[in-house]
Amino acid sequence: MRELSLNVLDITQNSIKAGATLIGIDILENMDLDRLTIRISDNGCGMSEEQVQKVVNPFYTTRTTRKVGFGVPFFKMAAQMAGGDFSIDSTLHKGTVVTAWFQLSHIDRPPLGDINATLLSLIPFNPAIDFVYNRARDGLSFSLDTREMRQILGPDVPLNAPETVQWLREFLEENEAELTGGSPSGAST
Amino acid sequence: MKSLAELQAIKNKVRANVEMREGEASTRIVVGMATCGIAAGARPVLNAFVDEVGKRQLSDVMVTQTGCIGICQYEPVVEVYAPGKEKVTYVKMTPEKAVRVVNDHIVNGNVVTEYTIGAATK
Repeated sequence: MRELSLNVLDITQNSIKAGATLIGIDILENMDLDRLTIRISDNGCGMSEEQVQKVVNPFYTTRTTRKVGFGVPFFKMAAQMAGGDFSIDSTLHKGTVVTAWFQLSHIDRPPLGDINATLLSLIPFNPAIDFVYNRARDGLSFSLDTREMRQILGPDVPLNAPETVQWLREFLEENEAELTGGSPSGAST
Repeated sequence: MKSLAELQAIKNKVRANVEMREGEASTRIVVGMATCGIAAGARPVLNAFVDEVGKRQLSDVMVTQTGCIGICQYEPVVEVYAPGKEKVTYVKMTPEKAVRVVNDHIVNGNVVTEYTIGAATK
């Protein structure tokens, strides 16, 4: 994975497959602590303790199309290579929380990349799932809760209507630009 | 700055159009978005399809995602399903190729043979 936002997209697909109806994505940059924390939490089917231990093994997967599963191991490796660490907390039938943190200034820390492209590849494609996105950087922050969007849009207008997606895109871009001082961090998609 | 309040205006505007869109999508473009696909560049390919389909207002075309199709060495892999036609599998896709697939295949009905898995394995 060339950028961490791609890991976020990948790990969140696991939450979707776990049947989650609510997914939280936190991207928190703390300059004072020199730390980037990425957290993906869901209310999906969760995993047993045994499964949690297996999931960081690249030769463990639940899929049937091939014998390897690199999503979680990649994310863990990225964190550990950048002076950080990785953890999974999961409870069967309750949900899963995946957390990775990185030393912001570490030379081997991959760039966050285009996190908005990740969100726009998730939210409109899963209109039945609610997402709560928390983004913070250097004392500034914003959040997005699709449940609030739904409340305003009512039952007739779906989250993936083109006009809604366009609003979402602009909302994310404007707020991200505010956080990063006008220079969008997502130059590449 | 964008605010949630603007969604109210969108709601009023869109509600009138939603019924028109309800018609069943006839063509499905399916992008593989498992670890293999994402690592190989599926996200920009997905976005290119969404943009091009939106630009051309192809309301009967649906862009969706799927997991690993099982041919990871050919990722990004895209499958096109059209009613009454055989499935077409495109491999090693890029955003540029995606635009051409929409124009040639989806709009004009000419499969871009050189991007298909058949051409790649020869």
